[in-house]
Amino acid sequence: MEFPQDLKYTENDEWVRVEGNAGTIGITEYAQEQLSDIVFVEITASTGDELSKGDSFASVESVKAASDVYMPVGGKVTATNDDLADEPEKVNSSPYGEAWLMKIELSDASELDALMDAAAYETFCAERG
Amino acid sequence: MNYIPHTDRERQEMLAAIGLAGIEDLYTAIPEEVRFPELDLPEPLTEMEVLDELQALSEANLDTRHFSCFLGAGAYNHFIPAVVDHILRRSEFYTAYTPYQPEVSQGTLQTIFEFQSMMCQLTGMDVSNASHYDGATALAEAVILALNHHRRKRSKVLLSPAIHPHFREVVRTYMQGMDLTIHGDESLKTSVKDLIEKIDEDTTLVAVQYPDFLGRIEDLTALGQAAQDAGALFCVVANPFALGMLKPPAEFGADIVVGEGQPLGIPTSFGGPYLGVFTTRQKYVRKMAGRLVGETTDTRGQTGYVLTLTPREQHIRREKASSNICTNQGLMVLASTVYLAAMGKSGLRKAAELSYHKAHYAAQQINALDGYELWNKGPFFHEFVVRCPRPVEEINELLLDFAIIGGYDLGQDYEDLQDHMLLAVTELMAKENIDHLVEALREVGS
Amino acid sequence: MTEVLIYDLSAPGREGVKLPNTDVPEAPLPEGLVRTMLPLPEVSEIDVVRHFVRLSQLNYGIDIGFYPLGSCTMKYNPKINEDAARMTGFAFTHPLQDPEAAQGNLAMMYALQEWLAEIGGFAGASLQPAAGAHGEMTGILIIRAYHADRGDKKRTKILIPDSAHGTNPASTAMSGFDVVEISSDERGNVNMDELKAACDDTVAGLMLTNPNTLGLFDEHVREICEVVHACGGLVYGDGANMNALLGVVRPGDLGIDVLHYNLHKTFSTPHGGGGPGSGPVGVVEKLLPFLPDPVVGILEEATPELPPLYGFIKPEKSIGRVKSFFGHFGVIVRAYTYIRMLGAAGLRAAADHAVLNANYIRVNLEKLYPIPFNRICMHEFVAEGHWDDVPEIHALDIAKRLMDYGFHPPTNYFPLIVHEALMIEPTETESKQSLDAFIDAMQKIAGEAREEPQLLKTAPHKTPFGRLDEVQAAKQLILCCRPEWMDQP
Repeated sequence: MEFPQDLKYTENDEWVRVEGNAGTIGITEYAQEQLSDIVFVEITASTGDELSKGDSFASVESVKAASDVYMPVGGKVTATNDDLADEPEKVNSSPYGEAWLMKIELSDASELDALMDAAAYETFCAERG
Repeated sequence: MNYIPHTDRERQEMLAAIGLAGIEDLYTAIPEEVRFPELDLPEPLTEMEVLDELQALSEANLDTRHFSCFLGAGAYNHFIPAVVDHILRRSEFYTAYTPYQPEVSQGTLQTIFEFQSMMCQLTGMDVSNASHYDGATALAEAVILALNHHRRKRSKVLLSPAIHPHFREVVRTYMQGMDLTIHGDESLKTSVKDLIEKIDEDTTLVAVQYPDFLGRIEDLTALGQAAQDAGALFCVVANPFALGMLKPPAEFGADIVVGEGQPLGIPTSFGGPYLGVFTTRQKYVRKMAGRLVGETTDTRGQTGYVLTLTPREQHIRREKASSNICTNQGLMVLASTVYLAAMGKSGLRKAAELSYHKAHYAAQQINALDGYELWNKGPFFHEFVVRCPRPVEEINELLLDFAIIGGYDLGQDYEDLQDHMLLAVTELMAKENIDHLVEALREVGS
Repeated sequence: MTEVLIYDLSAPGREGVKLPNTDVPEAPLPEGLVRTMLPLPEVSEIDVVRHFVRLSQLNYGIDIGFYPLGSCTMKYNPKINEDAARMTGFAFTHPLQDPEAAQGNLAMMYALQEWLAEIGGFAGASLQPAAGAHGEMTGILIIRAYHADRGDKKRTKILIPDSAHGTNPASTAMSGFDVVEISSDERGNVNMDELKAACDDTVAGLMLTNPNTLGLFDEHVREICEVVHACGGLVYGDGANMNALLGVVRPGDLGIDVLHYNLHKTFSTPHGGGGPGSGPVGVVEKLLPFLPDPVVGILEEATPELPPLYGFIKPEKSIGRVKSFFGHFGVIVRAYTYIRMLGAAGLRAAADHAVLNANYIRVNLEKLYPIPFNRICMHEFVAEGHWDDVPEIHALDIAKRLMDYGFHPPTNYFPLIVHEALMIEPTETESKQSLDAFIDAMQKIAGEAREEPQLLKTAPHKTPFGRLDEVQAAKQLILCCRPEWMDQP
């Protein structure tokens, strides 16, 4: 299982990649494996929305579960990945790449400090079994 | 009389296998002080004896086989073809469980798929679920869908006063834990046009009934347009039997069409079990509550059906589910599907037209009587309101002597309609029955 | 072995049921309000019969074989109940006809209200809720109304054990409360420390299923109720597992304040392929005023010459109506008949044999299947459908393979607190032979899992259909059929 080093992670299995003040958010490989075949992705936020850390902005659905996705950090939405509406299975095949869910402009970079790095997240996943 | 097959010897063998001396030992976890209460219930009867008791209870009612029934108000006495009950009695259908194991449940699943299809065809909507408990709870679920659609940012629900009183009460019961206002139905004088004025940016759903509780039908296009302009959802509570003849609500721009499916092959059975119909547009499919059956293929390449979009439901979403519904009205779905298949395109249309013509004949004849006046000014389907020369309760009591069950006393629900009776006429009423009603009304009216 | 859709049997102009022509003058149809197309099938009666009979043959039902579905109580559905529900006075009465003209029905409803209250240890009952989940919502709304009536607005939470059926938190959310989850301890009971810590004056109540979904009678149930009552909350009982308690103990005597019954589980009314059910609620004295509107009451007491006069009464502080009319009367008739034929002794015997049967299966499977909470169970128990030495086999595969042996699988993947759960509830109407055959099949499957795991992974083989692709169903989302010929008038 992959745990890209350049990302930060939440206990709810979201990841965020930060470049300058721009963030890209998605869900992890662990998450997609738990859900199994993803059949539907709904991004409820739109470009221009201001969201806080912990706000729900998307929902990912498989045949056996549906998960809400929450903001790992707060920010303003600059883009949403509309391709996922037609190809939700990308979340399974490319959770860290093509299946990014949203791009934001961070409102408070210090919020990143509360998140896990790759090593911590990997340990977290190992403990969950 | 019980249905337990065990012999004494088998009981002993089983207890020995478990390692217990007696049945009582199975219950050591139960607090002694409250264990094994003596239940004060009547002594058991055998099947033979219970039949007598049931027969007596059944006969202690007046029934619509022996009495002409002109009572509607949400439950209707229609012709039910014999095939319906014969299929309902097949125990592969009625002793089956919810189709969670599709490999051995294709009978149930395909029936539901056909039902979903027929409901879409009747209402003109894109998708139907596999039923709610009844029309009233289906309307409550429509309100919940609208609230979720607007993400709880809108808090006003607009209901026509001419929606069935029970339905409006149920919506209020369901919503008592939520922060919203239900309005629009304070006075019967509020017309569809008046409702249009009341729609604003905070309205989440506007709902009307078609035909309405007083039998009236009207074009709802303007209301549909007004709802759309304000971003509110437009819900029509329809009688699916009437849709055999009337324009489907989809053509008025409905977002959701719900209704009571009892008229489709289900006897009045003193109020239940009935059938909640819930249909909507494709874009709301994931917000819809209740079970959904979808088409797929199996490992052998056969076309088959499964419950789908199950993550919406309570057993997965739990407190985040849009509804708590689990058990629905399964067997009633079968009844209505068989009914619609048996009646078919021509049968349903004919039954609806017969009801229409007979109701109009009855209305005309009663209107001609001294002391009675038809209240409906515009078009109506198979129910109409008549102003009576004396209290409805008195008239109905006297009608019983003519072997007639009279109409509904509207004064119970609408202040302005004291002494007004709501009468329903279906295809079951022969001209003689209607003429007999008219004669009886003439006599008791003086 | 598929059956075509009813639409495929359709031919334009074919008629099914025929109706007489109108015997009254035709009234002009309402302009602009009549539909031009009615896209329904056109089939003859024989087509209808063959279609649905063939469909029925693709189903499994209790009348075919064993259905050990935990939490569903798939007991035998007596045939006399079916005849009873169809009697003229029951099937052909209108709910709004004069109550004086429906005294038979009202007497029956009143009796069932009383009997259910007696069985559960309550002061009264309402028959209005249409199903278990509906009863749950009703019960939670009653709790809400009770606190509001006391002027207590602080109570915003309902406590729910993690082993609860999904309808519990869903019903709670629908009623406007927040859900606080309480874990189970290592013996499967509600964790008392967590419960005590959670009970304060913001708690409206606790929802408790007892026996719980592990089939275990909570070893601290009286204390649980005391703790909740002490902080001012009420206890809601989920009565889905009532089959184990009939005549054994009454939830009201344990401290439960309001409980729903599932007539389609405990009281033998048929499941009908998903419904209709019926979920009456029983309440203690202080909650009587809040019951749904209306209940059946006695308006005039019986005299030596006359029976009592029954009527509908609105409880003074009622939460309101929860459905149209009075409840699922047709289901009520069946439950009435069942209780009338069993009596107290029969109900107790049902519980005894349900519990006996469950424990018998348990001790015969405990060496082959891990049973996490392995002690005397009530009417059901949970096994794990998973072994460490064959990790690729899951509960789902065992379930599918059971169908090849002619059984309906047990409940899968519930409760959530057991990994790969198989919840087994035989009910009392299964004979020892039936149970032995099931045990035998489970033993064989445990062997096949090691020797021929592929048999399980690709099961079922002997059913009319193989495994169905749920991913495909969710992706393509074909939820109704609309053949092109339908768009012609």
